[in-house]
Amino acid sequence: MKSRLNAIFDALLPVFATLAALLVGTIMLIVLDVNPIVAYGALLNGAFGNSNAIAETLVKATPLLLVGLGICIAYRGNVINIGGEGQMIVGSILATWVGLHFTGLPGWLMILIAMLVGAVAGAIWAGIPGILKAYFNVNEILSTVMMNAIAVQLLNFVLTGPMIDPVQSKNASQIPQTARLEEAYRLPRLVPTRLHLGALFAVILAVLVYFLLWRTTLGYRIRAVGQSKTASRYAGIKVKRYIILALMLSGAFAGLAGVIQVYGVNFRMITDGSTSGFTGGAGYNGIVAALFGSLNPLLTIPASVLFGSLLVGANAMQRVTQVPSALITALNGLVVVFVVSSDIWRKKRQQKRLIVPLEEQVVTDQVSTKTEENVA
Amino acid sequence: MIEKLFSITVLLGIISSGIRLATPYLFASIGEAFSQRSGVLNLGVEGQMILGAFAAFYVVMKTDSLLLGVLAAMGVGALMGLAMGFVSVTLQAKQGISGIGFYLFGLGMSNLLFQTLVGTVETVNGFSNVPIPLLNRIPVIGDLFFNQNILVYLAFLLVPIASFVLNKTTLGLKIRAVGENPEAADSLGVSVAKIRYFTTIFGGAMSGLSGASLSIALLNVFQLGMTAGQGFIAVALVYFGAWRPWGVLIGAMLFSLINGLQLWIQVLGVDIPSEFAVMMPYILTILVLTISRTKHTTPSALTKVFEREG
Repeated sequence: MKSRLNAIFDALLPVFATLAALLVGTIMLIVLDVNPIVAYGALLNGAFGNSNAIAETLVKATPLLLVGLGICIAYRGNVINIGGEGQMIVGSILATWVGLHFTGLPGWLMILIAMLVGAVAGAIWAGIPGILKAYFNVNEILSTVMMNAIAVQLLNFVLTGPMIDPVQSKNASQIPQTARLEEAYRLPRLVPTRLHLGALFAVILAVLVYFLLWRTTLGYRIRAVGQSKTASRYAGIKVKRYIILALMLSGAFAGLAGVIQVYGVNFRMITDGSTSGFTGGAGYNGIVAALFGSLNPLLTIPASVLFGSLLVGANAMQRVTQVPSALITALNGLVVVFVVSSDIWRKKRQQKRLIVPLEEQVVTDQVSTKTEENVA
Repeated sequence: MIEKLFSITVLLGIISSGIRLATPYLFASIGEAFSQRSGVLNLGVEGQMILGAFAAFYVVMKTDSLLLGVLAAMGVGALMGLAMGFVSVTLQAKQGISGIGFYLFGLGMSNLLFQTLVGTVETVNGFSNVPIPLLNRIPVIGDLFFNQNILVYLAFLLVPIASFVLNKTTLGLKIRAVGENPEAADSLGVSVAKIRYFTTIFGGAMSGLSGASLSIALLNVFQLGMTAGQGFIAVALVYFGAWRPWGVLIGAMLFSLINGLQLWIQVLGVDIPSEFAVMMPYILTILVLTISRTKHTTPSALTKVFEREG
């Protein structure tokens, strides 16, 4: 009973962390001379106020979930992939090129091809830091951040040059965007809003990733390498291979996120030059969602919806109260800090559990891992 | 077109931009080197830099005092360093990820403050060049090295000072001991927590100063996201420099010379798409991280949590 309470408490830690971040946000709003109730009310209304708002929230949540799923895999393997943004970009550049280049195919076939192309491209883009980490001991956090910067430049290049919308290249304005995908290639809508099939697809993938991580040898090995490289090596696991695989799988999901953003929402790639444009920062926010979901693919679903709602709501809040939506970026950062900081309470309780006599300990350990999985 | 790059004026121009561009890297990387030497990987440098850049810019805009601007930037950076220290030392959180959290916080916060307090693009009167008498009259070199703003001199002076502190003082010995073998340091009565708090706060202050060197010395404006990944590059330079201030100096110079070259390529309109020119420093960083053999010089306790046995 006690261990179950502990497990529930562990699962709730991210919620406490978010409440703490929102509390800081409240203080900032008061300093900015904005009524926090009005601001958060506008946020809530903007995110869930009507069916359109809910659909927008789910649309925003979809890429977060897809990126987050990849993050779950990578971080379980103790590989810190910060490169979701770059992997999204590279995946969608190639997938968009395919969609614009090959016309007249059946829609479902092209969408399938595009997703495959995007996933492979994302995987390769993530595989480079993977190989560098496995064989050259290059810190993957730094290399993936650099790969993001390179991808953003690549995006700027193709959207102002080779892949620019022919209409734009004739215009004086030259907005950096590609042509639109033909109607047949667009992901079907689920209800008469912008909600598209990709959202459903992402949820199905979340279940599959859960099974991958906890019910397959591949998942077991990735987690084993994440727990202890030395122990895995003794157990005969080819550690280098699984480091690279974890990163590549992670990149594949980010690539998919990019494809679905293009084929489901914008139907083209667009950038504002400074940041990555069409990704909407999902490459970073997906990390936040996955961490919030305790790196569990199923918990990442509600976590993505939460952060999707924050992003959609932030815009509504900006419209109503003139508080810049950047407030939410800052709060997201705090959520990350608080979530990783709150881990100490989980560890402390685990240590307490270890002090109980050996026999009892074995039993409680089994129970606790079971309940953790159940709760998860 | 390419041969234009190799004229004397352009080469001097590249070196001159290189020296100025190295300044923010030097501050941030040396601060980061201290915190990593003590065992704390602070990945929030980028966030500290951009908040520091804003603080300096805003204070100078309001008070016209450059000194206050610098102090504000260092203060904001130090506060964030203190938070980083609290999270990674006292709360024992995973350093890589918490650093990313601080990065997002700094990015969002600077954006929020800029939009609510400033709103439009404004320039400030930043540091102007201070020629050093006599030395600045040395032909060719004089103008390059001895006619810069104060922050540039300060950044380059920081290298020998940091090297001296790390290698020749008790404080430096303690920092290195805590980063290599915290248990041993602890048993000799060195407070691991105190040293790590000191280095993260110092590192934060340096990152803030680094941001100031962008917003009130190099560019004299504040733009959203103006640090553009330089904080992360600064962390990479610490690896490149094998955790030594002189190594960091070589890395920062190499890096900013490439950056200077990249700027000149764009200025001269050489027939390379500018995006590829901008990409060069990042590709270089990855290459540099790949070829620098960091395994043996990495502080042994880097990113490892230290817990006193009760």
